[in-house]
Amino acid sequence: MVSDRSKLGFYLLLAPLLLWLVTLIILPHIGLFIVSISEKVGVREYEIGLGNYAVFFNEPLYWRTFARTAFMSISTTVLTLLLGFPIAYYIAKLTRGRTKTTLFLMCLIPFWVSELVRTFGWMILLRETGVLSSFLQYTGVIGGPVEFLYNDGAIMVGLVYTSILFMIVPLVTTLDSLDDSLIEAGYDLGGSGWSILREIVIPHAMPGIVSGCIVVFMLSLGNYLTPILLGGKDSLWFTGLIYTQFITRFNWELGSAFGFLLLGLSSTIVFFGLKLSRQSLSDTMGR
Amino acid sequence: MAQTADLECCDLTKDFDNFRAVDHVNFVVPQGSFFSILGPSGCGKTTLLRMIAGFQFPTSGDLLIKGQSMIGVSPNKRPISMVFQHLALFPMMNIERNIGFGLRQRGVPSSEIKTRVGRVLERVGLPGIQDRQIGQLSGGQKQRVAIARCMVLEPDVLLLDEPLGALDLKLREHMKIELKTLQAEFNTTFVYITHDQSEALVMSDSIAVMNKGKFDQIGTAKELYYEPANSFVAGFVGDANRFEGKVTALNGQIVSLITDAGITIQGQATTQVPTIGQHAQIFVRPEVIQLSKDPVPNKENQNSIKRVVNNVLFNGANSMVILCDPKSGEKIQVTLPQKGAFLELDKGDTVYTSWKPTQARCFTSEVH
Repeated sequence: MVSDRSKLGFYLLLAPLLLWLVTLIILPHIGLFIVSISEKVGVREYEIGLGNYAVFFNEPLYWRTFARTAFMSISTTVLTLLLGFPIAYYIAKLTRGRTKTTLFLMCLIPFWVSELVRTFGWMILLRETGVLSSFLQYTGVIGGPVEFLYNDGAIMVGLVYTSILFMIVPLVTTLDSLDDSLIEAGYDLGGSGWSILREIVIPHAMPGIVSGCIVVFMLSLGNYLTPILLGGKDSLWFTGLIYTQFITRFNWELGSAFGFLLLGLSSTIVFFGLKLSRQSLSDTMGR
Repeated sequence: MAQTADLECCDLTKDFDNFRAVDHVNFVVPQGSFFSILGPSGCGKTTLLRMIAGFQFPTSGDLLIKGQSMIGVSPNKRPISMVFQHLALFPMMNIERNIGFGLRQRGVPSSEIKTRVGRVLERVGLPGIQDRQIGQLSGGQKQRVAIARCMVLEPDVLLLDEPLGALDLKLREHMKIELKTLQAEFNTTFVYITHDQSEALVMSDSIAVMNKGKFDQIGTAKELYYEPANSFVAGFVGDANRFEGKVTALNGQIVSLITDAGITIQGQATTQVPTIGQHAQIFVRPEVIQLSKDPVPNKENQNSIKRVVNNVLFNGANSMVILCDPKSGEKIQVTLPQKGAFLELDKGDTVYTSWKPTQARCFTSEVH
């Protein structure tokens, strides 16, 4: 009787999660997969086949955009890590109590406004008539107005900015758990700042680094708004291509195929990333 | 002195925002000796150790290692190693990499690191565990690995920050002897800080008792135990029964005082003889108090007092009996002899206690 009741409770508690997984993730993906392997042979006539995937490999624009997106996302991840690590180290190890909370909160505050507004903020700063251009003209560094928007650099800046919090949070958590006496022991045994970072701090922070990198990489790869707004019409971001297939071209079949290729790409890169850093997914995400 | 001391502190002082943690500390540790700093928690001993290691900077004074001033020398440049309170072994490395860490920093070739790590592990009695992880070691093994990690660098001074604190009692007793043996084996100067007086007494060649940032007394274990310099040392090192009262009579160094409970007792003042009417304290070790079933003639100021047994604390050879004064209820601890008539001693029995005044120590009470 008791076990029956506790079983019922277990399934009731599990129900929202199952509903969410099945209806919002598994079912749509099954649907999209069926669409992606349907080739259009005539009006409202479809055949099962991998033709949509073949289009991707035969058209250089598509797979080049794909490679470019992957490369830029990896660069964003590396850049975010390089910028986020010192910030996280400072927050976790060099500040105490109130200052720590304040600094952590200051990293969080920009995320209270939507991504769209934040991206527009960067547009105000970087556009031809924007703050940066005007300032450089005022100080005499440049003669005329310069357009800082609509290039890869601008995309990168925007992507790093939107995702750095997701790097800092796991890093602060893992660095917080590093016992200060380990660092002191390292110094005491004659280690320099660099060797302690390499041999003690980074190995300890590895799960945080990897989980931060996975999140940032996924966010950048799947980002649509930032590359389109800051990169303009030449941004050539893979999510942009998917959007075009679905909304502009009404080619759901090709769009779905692209979607699955993106899923495959991100999973492969994360897999190799984990192999390279010798971490397991459950280690990094299960904390 | 023919040889320069390994470690020397001159007027070392450390001020924090609103208090003085270490107050004009002076001491010299000769080469190859085991020096302990003993004090209650919060007495400044950790601050002192961290200054020696280089993690904190003295406000004033000087610190010399082998005659060289260490002021302004960073911790990684000092010829000192430290065994941390929780050992601070690196969990991300195996034993070999842990012990080899310091040698790698010095750029020692990896083949030599391998042989030196093997040799030091043999010396601490753990040969062949190079490939194990830290988590696979027992508490005592971790301790020895932590010492090996320091000793492989052949430091002039090894600092130990209460490393036995986390071990259970049995292992702690064992490690005390082990540490002393290791120190003799390596013939390195050990500076050991602890709040546990038995650790300090057992292992050290020389002990400094620290209280409120100052060194109250530096001496051998015997000196501290039998000739404490002040009431703090007398109360902190070893067990002692403390009596407080007003001085009523003086006979050379023998002081008589009357306690608040109205008992007159005698003790010897070795440092500063109080004046009549002053408040003073007398400390009596539990093992110098004699028990007898009959009254002891009070001819030589034997401090003979009739008491009632309050409790018997049986602990083998360390058995104690708590006696209580029938009038005032004042309690004292006495070592119970493990022979003869006192084995049958039970609650409520009446016994007579006595001690020679020369075996009790009298100190003037601190003026508050």
